Amino acid sequence: MPEAATAVKTVELKILRYRPASDERPAFGSFKVPYTEDMSVLEALQTIKDTLDGTLSFRWSCRMAVCGSCGMMINGKPQLACNTLLRNLPPGPVTIEPLNNFPIERDLVVSVGDFVKKIESIYPYIIPKEPKTVAEGPYLQTPAQLAAYESFSDCINCMLCYAACPQFGENPNFIGPGAMALLQRYNGDSRDGGQQKRLDTIHGEDGVWSCTAVGYCSEVCPKQVDPANAVNQNKTNSAFDFFLRFLRPGGAR
Amino acid sequence: MDHIDADVLIIGAGGAGLRAAIAAAEADPSLTIALVSKVLPMRSHTVAAEGGSAGVIQAHDSLENHFNDTVHGGDWLCEQDVVEFFVERCTPELIQLEHWGCPWSRKPDGQINVRAFGGMKIERTWFAADRSGFHILHTLFQTSTKYPSIKRFDEYFCIDLLIDDGRAQGATVFSPSTGEFTAITARAVILATGGAGRVFRQNTNGGIVTGDGMALAYRHGVPLRDMEFMQYHPTCMPGTGILFTEACRGEGGHLLNKDGYRFLQDYGLGPVTAEPRNKTMELGPRDRLSQAIWQEERKGRTMTTPAGESYVHLDLRHLGAAKLKERLPLICDLAEEFMGIDPATAPIPVRPAVHYTMGGIEVDIRTATTLAGLYAAGECSSVGIHGANRLGSNSLGELTVFGHVAGDEAVKFAKGAPAAQGGKLLDQAKASAAKVLGLRDQKGGGERHAVLRKEMATTMEKGCGIYREASEMQKTCDKLAELKRRYRDITLEDRSSVWNTDWICAVELGYQLDVAEAVAYSALMRRESRGAHQRIDGFEKRDDVNFLAHSLANYRDGAAPEISYGPVKITKSQPGERAYGALGEALEAKEASHA
Ligand SMILES: Cc1cc2nc3c(=O)[nH]c(=O)nc-3n(C[C@H](O)[C@H](O)[C@H](O)COP(=O)(O)OP(=O)(O)OC[C@H]3O[C@@H](n4cnc5c(N)ncnc54)[C@H](O)[C@@H]3O)c2cc1C
Ligand code: SF4
Ligand code: FES
Repeated sequence: MPEAATAVKTVELKILRYRPASDERPAFGSFKVPYTEDMSVLEALQTIKDTLDGTLSFRWSCRMAVCGSCGMMINGKPQLACNTLLRNLPPGPVTIEPLNNFPIERDLVVSVGDFVKKIESIYPYIIPKEPKTVAEGPYLQTPAQLAAYESFSDCINCMLCYAACPQFGENPNFIGPGAMALLQRYNGDSRDGGQQKRLDTIHGEDGVWSCTAVGYCSEVCPKQVDPANAVNQNKTNSAFDFFLRFLRPGGAR
Repeated sequence: MDHIDADVLIIGAGGAGLRAAIAAAEADPSLTIALVSKVLPMRSHTVAAEGGSAGVIQAHDSLENHFNDTVHGGDWLCEQDVVEFFVERCTPELIQLEHWGCPWSRKPDGQINVRAFGGMKIERTWFAADRSGFHILHTLFQTSTKYPSIKRFDEYFCIDLLIDDGRAQGATVFSPSTGEFTAITARAVILATGGAGRVFRQNTNGGIVTGDGMALAYRHGVPLRDMEFMQYHPTCMPGTGILFTEACRGEGGHLLNKDGYRFLQDYGLGPVTAEPRNKTMELGPRDRLSQAIWQEERKGRTMTTPAGESYVHLDLRHLGAAKLKERLPLICDLAEEFMGIDPATAPIPVRPAVHYTMGGIEVDIRTATTLAGLYAAGECSSVGIHGANRLGSNSLGELTVFGHVAGDEAVKFAKGAPAAQGGKLLDQAKASAAKVLGLRDQKGGGERHAVLRKEMATTMEKGCGIYREASEMQKTCDKLAELKRRYRDITLEDRSSVWNTDWICAVELGYQLDVAEAVAYSALMRRESRGAHQRIDGFEKRDDVNFLAHSLANYRDGAAPEISYGPVKITKSQPGERAYGALGEALEAKEASHA
């Protein structure tokens, strides 16, 4: 069936545009596209790009909420464009802006390099408790041990939680919810022995203590990672750890 | 233009590229490894793999079983020495991933759990719920950050290879973020750029899966092998093509036609049994299942979406909410978010969509291409394990096994090769940059790449779909030639340099058109039916006399590709009848009694 024949309705998208070569500051542009029941915000953006304005830029790839590319502010809330269906949004124009709290490079594309550095900074790999060769086979890990960190390992690095975090908005050096979830993912893994090393990275004022427990990060997370819980667990760990250091002879550094 | 010199250059940071980078870093920490990816590594499409990765681990299974399943599944178009090498190394690679932290699903006692997969005789698919590729990719990416010799170029787009003295010596890349070009010279180059599924209309692939590396190698005279074999996955979301993993059937899901009938029993895949039985019914191979759905459609026994897509039902209701949540959480989310369906209470509409590129850059067992210094691994390559039809869960294994080999081999080659000389290579880099800048800035004739892309995807589906006939394939070939002519007349709306995705899409379309042509001509020339290549115009049978051979598409500038054929390596499995269900079991029993 030709698409035009089935499209009885249209939907308006108000998109914050910014092209560094020509625009002094970001400004909204408005587009109308044919609406279908099963259309995602991403598909609406693709329709704009393919048929109305090829200069609109945004990141996307998987279309199935797993690659983490397409985070943006949709009606003021950080969401993935690919799994946000138009039919689930309130009637009226849809407002689309780049993710909050990140520098805009162009249109809906924000800078991601700093976020990647944060991930890299927390030793995001197994530091084996008891090293083993491949010939010795896999480690045992019971379903309960897996469950201890599994939800934290589901993070797709979409950065929605950073866009939701008021603390990160004020202090871009704050390690932030996503990286903290990753830290907890490894610290909670029965195969890992690197807990101390990782905790050392988050003591300072840009670490775990920056968090004021707003909890909005967990609310916007599309994968139920619950980064707020990771932050909280680490506040406990971090406090306990500081306490122990002062008790240990010559422990305070 | 910037110039950076490395020892080993890897283009692509999906599962294959990351595994290669780690192998290279471990093989010789003193070498510099440049790892280029057009997206952040964890956005690579390996992230979307759901079901799992095969590796023999149960006591009652054997490497021989995995070998036989793979070779039979590939309709004997596999390189048997390579398959043998592959099945031996799958399990060690999976254990290595486990040591690096991959959260494999476990049995109650803490051992690795495995699940059934289509066309596999014994359960041997390791899985991390239904996010296996996601976890493999994140594990590899995160692990790669511990090697200081791996220098990443995240969000750098490769536009050409640098070749001098008969050797690959680097690549030209540009940063969409700045619009700046960089020449990366190196003593060995690995392509790990993934598949090309997006040349078809409905597919399970991400937007970035545009066959770039295949086209780059191909344009420089490296043949693309077995490109006619494009895999259709039987269970995808009508419209978007989003995948519902084969693990749905591995866990016991049923396929039903509009009468609620398990129609696969009519296509030589029965008998129907209460419990799932390996290599039978829903656990048959993908080519057979996709073909059966197509046949059902012809018989008027499928259903149709409001948008006009036909579909059948994937029924998971009998598995129960608890098992669905534990084993198939992503599937539940996808059904719920995109279709408003709870798989525990309603069947899921599904239809076949293009999923996997069996063919690719021709490489040998060491992942070496025909061009010295150039290696390829992962879906962009054709190392010979998939033949005419890939078995599900053999591809993730391929990434780690052959990614590892590519890293080792590239290091070996780099150590024996002289350092890349700047002069000539930099001139080449400038010329390739000028060419893509020309595409950006040309006045053109008003053609839009979005329009051309749509026409390409439609004609590929029409001519090179599940069933094929010469007249339609010829039309597709002609259409592609027309699209290539019109491509030269592209006019871009965007001439700026920062995040000009209009421009990137146009460059990618150029890659896609070349790859599409290799697919269509290879298909047209193969006058037989084998695996995923099924003809309905008088060539319905497999023809081992004339076509037990790999097709090789050779690029010709401004002309149709030249298709030639190369031998298939047969070591221990002579081509036989490829059968599943009851017939398959009978044949196997017969074979065993002869042995
Ligand atoms: C939905 C889905 C589910 C699947 N499930 C399974 C499964 O359960 N089991 C299984 O075995 N297989 C599965 N597969 C197949 C398997 O996932 C893929 O074959 C495999 O992940 C491909 O990995 P790769 O490393 O070769 O490429 P990719 O992961 O696609 O990575 C390609 C890399 O190349 C880079 N790149 C490409 N072009 C350029 C360029 N021009 N410049 C710079 N960089 C570039 C990209 O940025 C990316 O980093 C599935 C596939 C899909 C689509
Ligand atoms: S924790 Fe959730 S919101 Fe934050 S990056 Fe990970 S998946 Fe995204
Ligand atoms: S496109 Fe991958 S998460 Fe949305």
